[in-house]
Amino acid sequence: MKLSDLTNHAGEWLRGSGPMSEIVISSRIRLARNVAGFPFLAKSSRGQRTMLEGRIRETILSSQIAPQTLYVDLEQATDMDRQLLVERHLISKPHAAAEGSRGVAIGENETISIMVNEEDHLRIQVLRSGLQLEEAWEQISKIDDSLERRLDFAFHNRFGYLTACPTNVGTGIRVSVMLHLPALKLTGEIEKVFRAAKDMRLAVRGLYGEGTEATGDFYQISNQTTLGKTEEEIISDFKHVVIPKIIDYEHHARRTLLNDRTTALDDKVHRAMGLLKSARLIASEETLFLLSHLRMGINLGRVKDIDVRTVNELFLLTQPAHLQRIQGRKLEGDLRRAVRADYIRQRLGGV
Amino acid sequence: MKCDNCNKAAATVHLTEIKGGKKLEKHLCEQCAAQNEGLPVKTHTPINELLTNFVLAHSGLQKETGVGGCEHCGITWADFRQSGLLGCEHDYGVFEKDLTPLLQRAHEGATHHVGKVPARRGEVGVPMKKSVDLTRLRKDLSRAVEAEDYEKAAKLRDQIRQAEE
Ligand SMILES: [Zn+2]
Ligand SMILES: [Zn+2]
Repeated sequence: MKLSDLTNHAGEWLRGSGPMSEIVISSRIRLARNVAGFPFLAKSSRGQRTMLEGRIRETILSSQIAPQTLYVDLEQATDMDRQLLVERHLISKPHAAAEGSRGVAIGENETISIMVNEEDHLRIQVLRSGLQLEEAWEQISKIDDSLERRLDFAFHNRFGYLTACPTNVGTGIRVSVMLHLPALKLTGEIEKVFRAAKDMRLAVRGLYGEGTEATGDFYQISNQTTLGKTEEEIISDFKHVVIPKIIDYEHHARRTLLNDRTTALDDKVHRAMGLLKSARLIASEETLFLLSHLRMGINLGRVKDIDVRTVNELFLLTQPAHLQRIQGRKLEGDLRRAVRADYIRQRLGGV
Repeated sequence: MKCDNCNKAAATVHLTEIKGGKKLEKHLCEQCAAQNEGLPVKTHTPINELLTNFVLAHSGLQKETGVGGCEHCGITWADFRQSGLLGCEHDYGVFEKDLTPLLQRAHEGATHHVGKVPARRGEVGVPMKKSVDLTRLRKDLSRAVEAEDYEKAAKLRDQIRQAEE
């Protein structure tokens, strides 16, 4: 598998299926691990960093965590390739921007990614479509086990898995569920969800994690507590308490729109579709908001001739690095906006 | 809402405490909250900000505990305060005293790992039984709080504290 093979389709996790997929876009679990005997990255020398990267790379590739694993050396990768990996949620923004020896291993239809030398030596991630947290945990725990057979992870009897930042210590687990909540946004109730989430000690973030704004009505909900609870408890809280509650809120808001504000709802949905099908210049942020409304319209049965999978793909493929990869050239400013508008019209059968 | 303690700054940290079977709510500003230790915290503050505030409020600790730097990676408590990142695995032992209250703040009062253990460690005898008991106690506690049985909750909380020592 090559990096260029990724460009023309959406990752497995975006196929728009899986439990609760009308609201839950994806489930992600990440584990932070450090190799015993090496300092954490802030205190690693250039040489230690390079040695570590080589050793972890070799371990991952020989552990056969997936039938086919692509390893990308990020020190050598171009800006655009790194941006592409961020857009696909395979690496974090800081990992793309950092310097020095580092990389990412990608496996099994992009459901697995292992960042090497990010804030911790290893950040193992499993990404799945819809609400599939238990499945993701089972898979990631197996990957963790197989790496652990060949690497000694820094572990403390009292503090558990040791991480560079004490906010991750213990299990090192970060559970994140990406939700599409357009109706709560439209009915002005989204703030309630934020408040409830914060009361439950959860973080609400945007599409690309820490420090990013929520765009296009997509919100990532993650745990902040990693010590004093088992992985299973954290996951079970999400699966049985947190996420069902938010899904209920969103369903309720959607029903309200559908029953009491049908015309206003249809207006939003069809305006979005009209713009997407006829615009000649369109920015990526506007695209996200319009696609969000269109996606809601499809899920509520107000739009019948467009597949939700097409919309999910457009979310990904209209972003800057993807668009430029598909076109095979660098695109700036108005030219990029024009190419994006053309591409969307072509995919949606516009005018 | 104004801070219950100084009555000046806006209350952004909301604490819930169970005392004598009664549920008490405190609304504090960040500074006053940072000086208030050992309570389970309900917070609206992003965790990094909380950490920074807490660490700053306890900058005096370094002198009291007389902790120097880590001999393995050279990091000092002051370095950590600035970056929020530790330098190596030994730091958790070196700064254990200073880190513990901070971890309690960041992790709903918890100071002990109860989750997965590396297979090889399991063989050499991590105190697993204690962890399991704590997990059960915590579950009972949250059930008691949900049922608003604060008397039972207070007892369970004492038991958890004892077990954690
Ligand atoms: Zn105050
Ligand atoms: Zn150290």
